[in-house]
Amino acid sequence: MTDQVIEVTDLRRRYTGGFEAVRGISFTAGRGELFALLGTNGAGKTSTVEILEGLAEPAAGTVRVLGHDPYRERDAVRPRIGVMLQEGGFPSELTVHETARMWAGCTSGARPVGETLEAVGLAARGGVRVKQLSGGEKRRLDLAMALLGDPEVLFLDEPTTGLDAEGRRETWDLVRGLRDRGTTVLLTTHYLEEAENLADRLAILHEGRIAAAGTVTDVVASQPSHISFDLPDGYHLGDLPPLPALGVTGHELRGRTVRLRTDALQHAATGLLVWARETGVELRGLDVRAASLEEAFLRIAQEATRGHEERPGSGATAARPGRNTYDEEKVA
Amino acid sequence: MSSTTPSTTAATVSRPGRAATRTTAAGRLRSLARAELTLLGRSKGTMFAAMFVPLVMPFSVRQAADGMDLDGTGLSIGSVVLPSAIGFSLLFAVYSALVSVYAARREELVLKRLRTGEVRDIEILAGSAVPSVAVGFAQCLILTGACVALLDVGAPDAPLHAVLGLLLAFALWPVLAAVTATFSRSVESAQVAAMPLLLVSFIGSGTLVPLEVMPDKLAAVCELLPLTPTIELIRGGWTGDMSASDALGAVVIAVAWIGVGVFAVRRWFRWEPRR
Repeated sequence: MTDQVIEVTDLRRRYTGGFEAVRGISFTAGRGELFALLGTNGAGKTSTVEILEGLAEPAAGTVRVLGHDPYRERDAVRPRIGVMLQEGGFPSELTVHETARMWAGCTSGARPVGETLEAVGLAARGGVRVKQLSGGEKRRLDLAMALLGDPEVLFLDEPTTGLDAEGRRETWDLVRGLRDRGTTVLLTTHYLEEAENLADRLAILHEGRIAAAGTVTDVVASQPSHISFDLPDGYHLGDLPPLPALGVTGHELRGRTVRLRTDALQHAATGLLVWARETGVELRGLDVRAASLEEAFLRIAQEATRGHEERPGSGATAARPGRNTYDEEKVA
Repeated sequence: MSSTTPSTTAATVSRPGRAATRTTAAGRLRSLARAELTLLGRSKGTMFAAMFVPLVMPFSVRQAADGMDLDGTGLSIGSVVLPSAIGFSLLFAVYSALVSVYAARREELVLKRLRTGEVRDIEILAGSAVPSVAVGFAQCLILTGACVALLDVGAPDAPLHAVLGLLLAFALWPVLAAVTATFSRSVESAQVAAMPLLLVSFIGSGTLVPLEVMPDKLAAVCELLPLTPTIELIRGGWTGDMSASDALGAVVIAVAWIGVGVFAVRRWFRWEPRR
């Protein structure tokens, strides 16, 4: 247990007015691990991170960072963590260097200001006012301030939002380097690519609950694969071989297009193709698609707007009663 | 070694291990105050209001005082103008300026960002207040010197009263500024939020009109206002005719306001913008 740098147990967060943004989530992150909270806007990512940062107290459940309650034992936690908020946080009329100097004075064991700015490529911008920085430069300044005290735990709330492709890649390299040196990183993002690239483990948050969690492989494995094709002329769904025997867990028909869902893609595809060869039909528009993180994410995200699909056997999907029946799935 | 300050000098050593120098409250306050002072220097509007108004307003009070019937109140023109001048300084250089500062830092998410670090809440508010309080303090010295030199007020008969009044004021007005900032949604509306207390203090606290020339009942109510104890203590300090019980009463009122203000800040102060 002591190996866990971040421990979240049955965490709930309620705002004044009663809205429950976080509805009972649990996860852990070990030393040197990069854990990503992935989710759409309003999924509860920031609400969760703010509690880990010690900015707010949980409504229920417990949170431990480096073995301490980040809210009640802030003195034990704060000098050892670095935080990057989702946006802003620096006076616009101060220069980059003045901002860094201010933060250095408030950070135990602060590294030299110049060195820190160098690490994020802002060394040449020291004399520029914060208000004149580009969005990407502001994010990098924010990151630099989070790194100033060589933190053991780093909280990054959407660190690459607003960065261009190059800036994003540079930030990823920087974050990877920190993780490799043993920094525990908790990252929130709505970029799948970012989570896939960086995260050792991740949790997909949806409406305040963890809809799926584990390594990228785990999360993908919990999602079904798909086979779709056009039904040959003169054939009906009933003419296909028995679907359960193929390992198909669900199907739908839109026009002439059949879409099968399966957790055993190779088995189902083989069965279908053998049937097609033996029957002598051509399956036009055949598409055999393994599950992906993107698909997992999109499915979970869609539930917010489209209602919830009944999917027996999927413990990972958060069941939400009281929604319209699901009738259609987005073809990615 | 342990007294190493965590300012820029401490940051010149690259530390491989984790035996890092802990920041101290004083070091953190100094860093915040330094940044805030830089910001004050760059905020022309706040500078103007904080520097100019308190140094000019006393002239108009001087004119008004000439027209007042001070006979029988034990007051002189100097003992009317000096507390007023200090009152203006507290209201503009400290209170009004700080309402803007707190609102601006909140709206730029500076307060929220600072709260994620090692700085404590009270240090954030105090550090931001240091430059304004320093300006206010400097003005009080200048105004006192000017009144002594130009209006023939002489040395205070009970200097302890005046000092006490001033110290209480420098504790109280930053707190009230933080409370007021809570009621504004933007930097612009912060000035509007500051207006009620400014006006009430002008009219009711003896800034423009001494309580001594007010009707008794009205004066009794006005004694309870937050600026009144300071004005009364300073005026009493110079005239020397404030009784110990009156002085104690003023101190109690000022302390009570500080208590109420601290409670309100702890309970309601908003550290981030309303969304």
